[in-house]
Amino acid sequence: MRKVLQVSNLGKIHGNGCPRCVASTGPDVGSNICPHCQSVVANAAISFDLHAGEILGIMGESGSGKSTIVKMLFFDEDPSLGEAIFYDNGHQWNLFSLNAAQQRRLRNHRFGIVYQNPHLGLNFNFSAGGNIAERLLMSDLTHYGQIRERARDLLTRTEVGSERMDESPKKFSGGMQQRVQIAKALSTSPPVLFLDEVTTGLDLSVQARILDLILEIQQELGTAMIAVTHDLGVIRLLADRTIVMKNGRIIEAGLTDQILEDPQHAYTQQLVASAL
Amino acid sequence: MNSAILTVEKLSKQFFLHEQQAAIPSCAEVDLQVFPKELTAIVGPTGCGKSSVLKCIYRTYLPGAGRILYQNEAGHTTDLAQASDHRVLELRLRDIGFVTQFLHCLPRKPALDVVSEPLLLRGENRETARDAAADLLRLLNVPERLWQVPPATFSGGEKQRINLARGLISQPRLLLLDEPTASLDPDTSERVIDLLTTIKAKGVGMLAVFHHPELVRRLADRVVELIPQKTLCHE
Repeated sequence: MRKVLQVSNLGKIHGNGCPRCVASTGPDVGSNICPHCQSVVANAAISFDLHAGEILGIMGESGSGKSTIVKMLFFDEDPSLGEAIFYDNGHQWNLFSLNAAQQRRLRNHRFGIVYQNPHLGLNFNFSAGGNIAERLLMSDLTHYGQIRERARDLLTRTEVGSERMDESPKKFSGGMQQRVQIAKALSTSPPVLFLDEVTTGLDLSVQARILDLILEIQQELGTAMIAVTHDLGVIRLLADRTIVMKNGRIIEAGLTDQILEDPQHAYTQQLVASAL
Repeated sequence: MNSAILTVEKLSKQFFLHEQQAAIPSCAEVDLQVFPKELTAIVGPTGCGKSSVLKCIYRTYLPGAGRILYQNEAGHTTDLAQASDHRVLELRLRDIGFVTQFLHCLPRKPALDVVSEPLLLRGENRETARDAAADLLRLLNVPERLWQVPPATFSGGEKQRINLARGLISQPRLLLLDEPTASLDPDTSERVIDLLTTIKAKGVGMLAVFHHPELVRRLADRVVELIPQKTLCHE
C-alpha cells in the first residue's frame, strides 16, 4: 500500500511555551496545561502515517487535541512542533515548510475537509451550488457550464438533490448542510479528506446515512481519510485503524477491532466499557 | 513435502484489566501448525482460550508472547505477532479469512452486499462480486427472498451462513473458523461441512474451533487440545 501522509512529532502549543512544556503535560500528569509557563499544550509527539484509500480514526474525549491535528494538516492552524510530509504523484511536500501560495494550492486541490460546524466549511451567503463553484474556481476550473454541471453531479451524488443547488445552505437541515460540505470537499477529487466530528449533533438516522455516504465514497474513489470523533460507533463503522488520544498525546494505536476488543491502556478500557 | 502455512509457537495471551487491577490468563504456550489442504481443530473445555488463539492470529487480540508465523504463497514468512498494522490489513484482505459465530456488519446493507464486500474492497467490480455472492448464498441454502434484506433481522442460522459466505468469498489461503456450524440445523450443517471439505481439497488451510466431536472426526486432519489456565489471578 502507498503512503500518502507521514506525520512526525507534530504538536501545538497555545501560549509562549517553555522548554519544559511537553515533558510537564500529557496523560501521565493528567493535564495539558504547563505548570511552569501556563501554556496550553493542545497536543504533542503526534506521529502516524496514512496510506492511500484507508480510513484512520482519531478518537478521544473533548479537549484531547484530536481536532487540532486535522486543523494543522489542513493549514487552519500553524503547528508549534513537528512536520508532515504529503506524498502526491511522485512529489513529496513538506507541509509546514511550504509558502502560503503552495499551502493554499494543496488546500484547494489535494485536501478536503468536512467540519462539525457547517459555518466553517460553507459560505451561507452563497447557494449550495455556489459553494462548490467557489472551490472549483480556486482549483482552475473556470468554464461556467462545466462548473454547474460538476456541482449538479456532486449534489446529486450526495443526495442533496440538484433542484436545491440554487438555495442557500442556510435553509437546509444539519444533515443536508453536512452533505453540501461533503460535496464541496469532494469537488476536486482530493486524495485526502479530513472529517472533523462530521456526524456529531445530528440525529441518529441522519448520522447513519452520512456515514454510509462516506463509506461509499471511500470504496468508489479510494479517498484516504482521517476521521476525528469521540463516537465509538463512528470509529467501529469507518476506521481500519484507530488512534486513541488523551491530554494531547497518543496513548494507543492499532487495528480498530483490536482497540475495541483488546484495549491496552486504562483510559481506552474505560472508554470501551462505557460505550452504550 | 508440504510446508505449513501457519506455525504458532508458544503463543500466550493474558488480559490486564486496569479497573479491576486483575490479570486474566487466556491461552498459554500454544503450539500448532496448519497445512494447505488440511484442517487443524482446536478442542478443549470452555474458557481455555480456543477463540483467543484465533483472535491472536487475526490480531483482533494483541498476542502476549510467542510467534505466529504465516507463510505466504511466495514462501515469505511474516510473524503476525510482530507485523505492522498495515501488513495485517493487507493479509486480511487477500490471505487470511475469519468466520466468527457472530456477524458484525453494516446494519443497513442488504445481505448480498455484505457478502460481496470483501471482493469490492479488493477492487473487483460490483457485478462480479454480486454474482460470486449469489453463488455462495445459493450453495449455503440462504433463501433468495432474503438477499436484498439487511441481515440484522435474520435468525441465528441465517446470519451464520451470511458470515460464512462473507468469509469464504475472498478465497483466503488460511481460514480461521470459530464454531462455523454452532446454530445451524442438521441439513444446513451438512451443506457447510460439504462446502468446507470442497474448499479444503482446493488447497485452503483451516484452523477451527469446534464443539462437536463429530465435526472434529469428519473434518479435522490434526487436533490440538488446550488445557484451561487458572481462571483469575490478582496481582
